[in-house]
Amino acid sequence: MTTATLPTRRDEAWRYSDIAAVTAAWPLPAPESIIVPAGGHFARAVVQDAGDIQQIELVLGKGAVASLHVLNIGGAFGRIELAVTLNEGADFTLGAAQIGGGEQNLEIVTTITHAEPGATSRQVVRSVLSGTATGTYLGKVAVARDAQQTDSAQDVKAMLLNRSATANAKPELEIYADDVKCAHGCAIGELDAMALYYLQSRGIPPGEAKKLMLQAFVAGVFEGAEDEARLQELALAKLGELV
Amino acid sequence: MLKIENLHATVAAKPILKGLSLTINAGEIHAIMGPNGAGKSTLSYVLGGRPGYEVTDGSATFDGADLLDMEPHQRAAAGLFLGFQYPVEIPGVSNVQFLREALNAQRRGRGEEPLSGGEFLKVAREKAALLKMDMDMLKRSVNVGFSGGEKKRNEMVQMGIIDPKLAILDETDSGLDIDALRTVGDGINTIMRRPGKAVLLITHYQRLLDYVQPDFVHVLAAGRIVKSGGPELARELEEHGYAEIAA
Repeated sequence: MTTATLPTRRDEAWRYSDIAAVTAAWPLPAPESIIVPAGGHFARAVVQDAGDIQQIELVLGKGAVASLHVLNIGGAFGRIELAVTLNEGADFTLGAAQIGGGEQNLEIVTTITHAEPGATSRQVVRSVLSGTATGTYLGKVAVARDAQQTDSAQDVKAMLLNRSATANAKPELEIYADDVKCAHGCAIGELDAMALYYLQSRGIPPGEAKKLMLQAFVAGVFEGAEDEARLQELALAKLGELV
Repeated sequence: MLKIENLHATVAAKPILKGLSLTINAGEIHAIMGPNGAGKSTLSYVLGGRPGYEVTDGSATFDGADLLDMEPHQRAAAGLFLGFQYPVEIPGVSNVQFLREALNAQRRGRGEEPLSGGEFLKVAREKAALLKMDMDMLKRSVNVGFSGGEKKRNEMVQMGIIDPKLAILDETDSGLDIDALRTVGDGINTIMRRPGKAVLLITHYQRLLDYVQPDFVHVLAAGRIVKSGGPELARELEEHGYAEIAA
């Protein structure tokens, strides 16, 4: 993550980025570093609503448990980058949503390193995009040679409200151990027209019907979050701007 | 209440309804029967305003207002309820949340005060009990994981909560076992057989009509009503089949 030189689109982790915006923000401040000691607990809600590049490095000690909930909604270019290192038996959960309209370019880039055996990582990411917005998720999971019994999963879905919006989703698995479970699933789709009609036929106006379905699509990622009510409220307000 | 005149409609440029006329007055229950492909479901979707169902000629008025000019949600607020043949699953949206939003959107559309959470739950509980539906099911996502029969009963719970003037029920009896058929029939009678309300039942079979006695029965074939009569017409159809009657 500690990129010394200005990245270009040839750098895999920046291939969909708005390089002009990155250049304007360069040099980036040092990433925020969080160390959760062995057996410790950590939870944090991160809201990107101003067009920032936020970088967080998180190291989980033996048996530590951490959850991050991320809402990426603001600015012309907003990027949240997480580098998480898991030591023995640690447990990491990410619940993230990015919601963009107009010409916004939003991205969430994660690198989860299972450095030692028996750690668990769970990532759920939902994107909602309208206009000509772009939403990108790049998720790398690296499993070290002796990190046996790693259990890792990525669940990534994007909803496009216009044909002109773009969603990029790229899982990347780099596994050197031979007794691991690494699952990843990804889907990009549109709102179901029949479901929208069903809601409208019961008296819900079209905009509200879309909002209700999008809220359902996104809400799950924030379940149990620190400050869940605020995240849900901010997400709903942003969805309201898109429909 | 509902006046349909010379209605022509196409789906994907294919003509399905070809000059259908039908008048339903308050207090009446009508049944439309007909063979597969006659246009029964198309009629219900055209009246419900589903996108993709083009009216090419004719008219439909609801309490004197041009029904075909209204958006689907405006038709609902005006008092029209469409019971779906295949109720749709909506993951993540709970029945209770959905129905409360729907009811209150309709009430706002009519200039009425929205119901509070407590008031709404009282109505929901009452209608769920009427349809012998567990209240826990109403807290789950709309129709997700429901059996075919449960989906149909859920349609009737929705109808009870929304309390429409006119219900168009598209094959509400299909997929129901005998006990569920009786429950649904009782539900329709309790909710809709009241002064000022009317029902249009669309069905293949006589059996629902054993529980919900229609005042009028119509045979729909090739996009038009070819025969109308009283309840005895349904029994005749059951005995002789559509081929003979519609010919």
